[in-house]
This record gives sequence, structure tokens and C-alpha cells, in this order.
Amino acid sequence: MDKHRRKFLKIAGASVVAGIGAPAIIKLTATPALASGQGVAAAGHEAAPAAEHGGQGGHGEEAPQGVRLGMVIDLRKFNERPELLDAAIATCIAVHNIPEFPNSKDEVKWIWKAPFSGVFPEHSSQHSAKKITGNPAVSLCNHCDEPPCVRACPTQATFRNSANGIVAMDYHRCIGCRFCMAACPYGSRSFNWYDPRPYIKKYNKDFPSRMKGVVEKCNFCSERLALGQEPACVEACQGTGAITFGDLNDPNSGVRRLLDKEFSIQRKPSIGSKPSVFYIV
Amino acid sequence: MYNKGTIIPGLIIFVLFVTFPIWFNGLTTAGDLPKPELPPGGEKKCVESADYMRASHMQLLNKWRDNVLRDGNREILEIDGKKYPKGLQTACMNCHSQKEKFCDSCHTYAAVEPYCWDCHLTPKETASKEAIH
Repeated sequence: MDKHRRKFLKIAGASVVAGIGAPAIIKLTATPALASGQGVAAAGHEAAPAAEHGGQGGHGEEAPQGVRLGMVIDLRKFNERPELLDAAIATCIAVHNIPEFPNSKDEVKWIWKAPFSGVFPEHSSQHSAKKITGNPAVSLCNHCDEPPCVRACPTQATFRNSANGIVAMDYHRCIGCRFCMAACPYGSRSFNWYDPRPYIKKYNKDFPSRMKGVVEKCNFCSERLALGQEPACVEACQGTGAITFGDLNDPNSGVRRLLDKEFSIQRKPSIGSKPSVFYIV
Repeated sequence: MYNKGTIIPGLIIFVLFVTFPIWFNGLTTAGDLPKPELPPGGEKKCVESADYMRASHMQLLNKWRDNVLRDGNREILEIDGKKYPKGLQTACMNCHSQKEKFCDSCHTYAAVEPYCWDCHLTPKETASKEAIH
């Protein structure tokens, strides 16, 4: 009996050591072989992912697919004509039944004005031109390619529409947990702390309001795009070139032509959320 | 029978109490079947048959909601030359413009409280704050 137990414990111990140690040993011995490029199999293995990247080269991004709607905002135009921005904001409020709460802490924001240093904290420098940093910047949902809010949402109430890249909200699903507000690096989401209806000045009969306890944000005017119209803020600035709207994945679109021509920046690029709203400053 | 004077009135009160829903609905209008008012504009045709709509309008609305919001399918339905952009406010309420006399009549009878109107605006509400569009 004793003898059997000794034998069993020995085998069990050896198995545990082998089980834990084997993967590490395989990894240690396998890596140098791959690194030195020995054998055709190893080289073929390396080449495969590069081909999948659609010829972008290096360890670049995947080739963009489908439509990714985006916006180029020319802050120079807004600085010249501040009333343009007010018109854009007013149109958005009217079109989307946005409540205007008296307390700024309760503010519901789709497109709004913010200090330049707040919108571009990573781009503010010590001695920047007053005409740029002294004027308010336009802020709205960036409809990121890698939206942090979507990752945070526990109910998939907010999601990225793969057909056009719009980060959409399904208010029917929102449970008001506000994780997305914490996740959004741009403060583009607002919570309805009160029933918004009394604070809506005029109703647009073709768009719903929201209710107390849901989060809301810019939807890139999905409902207007479906009717073949441009987003309301774009339409409000029509003819001035202050806001250009289009498909970022189409090299011939207006937004891409503008981005090819001018120097543009995105908000908080270091986060890696890949905003679809670009700014010319 | 002992305590006849107490038991018989007690039984009568008990029977009256238990049958309250039956005679109350019979004597009052509370039990009458609801008569939802048809569209004031005189429209006779809906996106589906009346029977289907009566039984399954909620499933249709949910389907439209998912089509529009989640699948991005905002295709405008065209039935007999009339266009219906999928949506409670954009399609239904255009004909059934009196939520109080149409939707509510059955919902109240069936004691269901759909939460559509927490967000969606009825024509009466939009009229209270006239829109610009």
C-alpha cells in the first residue's frame, strides 16, 4: 500500500511539473527558430497577415471597408463668423427636440461651444495664436471608429452602425447607467436628470423627445440622412464651407479632398478612438 | 337555524360583494367594448389588414424600431401610392392623429400602459408647442 502511494505521488508530481513547464519550454525553444527565419513554413506564416492588411504596409491598419461618415470642421470659418455656430446649434436643438435646462450642470449637449483648450487639451501650447485659442471651438460626438462608449454600454443601447460608421443610440434600450458618459473622452453624452419635455421650447413632430433617465447625444442626423438630407448643422452652415460632411473611406469625397489639402487635427488622438470629426484650425 | 338574523344578511352581502365585477360592469359602461375612433381624415387603409394590426401592431412597431435604429433599414414603405416612413410619429400618427380616441381607448380597457409616449410625441403634444418644421 505504502509503495503504491509513493509511486502515485511521484507520478502526480512529475505530471504537474510537466504540465506547467511544457508550454514554457516549447515557447522558449520555438521562438529562436521563428526569429532566425529558418524554414519556409515560418516565413509563410509571417507573410500571411501582411497580405490580409490589404497592402497598407508594415503593421499598419486594416484596409477601411464600407462607408465611414465623417465631418471636417473649419474653425477658421467659425472664428470669422461666430453667428454661424449659434445658427448650427439652434437648428440642432430645434430638429432633435433637445431640452434646454436652466442649470448648466444638467445641460443636454449634441453640438455645443467649448473653450479651445478644453476641446484640444493635447494641442494647446504656451504661445498659440489668440485668434485660434481665444475663440470657442465646436464640439460634438466624434462618431469614433473605435468608440469607447460602445465598449462600456452593458445593454448595447449604443452601438456602431457598421453600414455608415455612425455611433448610434437606441433609447429604447438605454437603462441610464451612464457608463458611456464615463467612457466618452469627449464629454459628448448627456444625461436627462429631469423630464425633458417641459424644457423643450418647440417640438419637431417628426422626432421623438427623450425621457428622464436616458443618455442622449448627436446621431449625425441619421433620420435626415435617410431622407437624403444633410445633417442639420451642416445645412445651417451651407455655402460657407464651415462644416463638410461625407464618407471618409471614399478618396473622392468632399471630406477626403479637404483633408488631403489642409492640415487637420482630431481630438485627443492619443486615446486611439479614431474620431471621425476632423478640425482645420 | 341559529343566528338566522345575522347569517342570511351576511350571506347576501357576501354574494353581492363577490359578484361585484359582474353586476357593476352590467350596470355601468365600464365593461363595454372599446370603440376606437377611426382616422379623422377618413383613411380606410393601413399598412396591414385591420385584423393584423389589431392583434400584432406592437410586434410591427418593434420590428420597425429595430429596422430603423439597429439595422439602419429606413426604407419608406409605399402602399397604394401612400408613403409610410417607418415610425410611430412619422407614419402611424399621421392618420391616427388622435391618440386619446384611438390608442387609449383599447389600452385603457385592457389596462396596458405602453411606454411609447414617454418619448414619442402625440399630435396633441406637438400642437401644444408648435414646431418649426
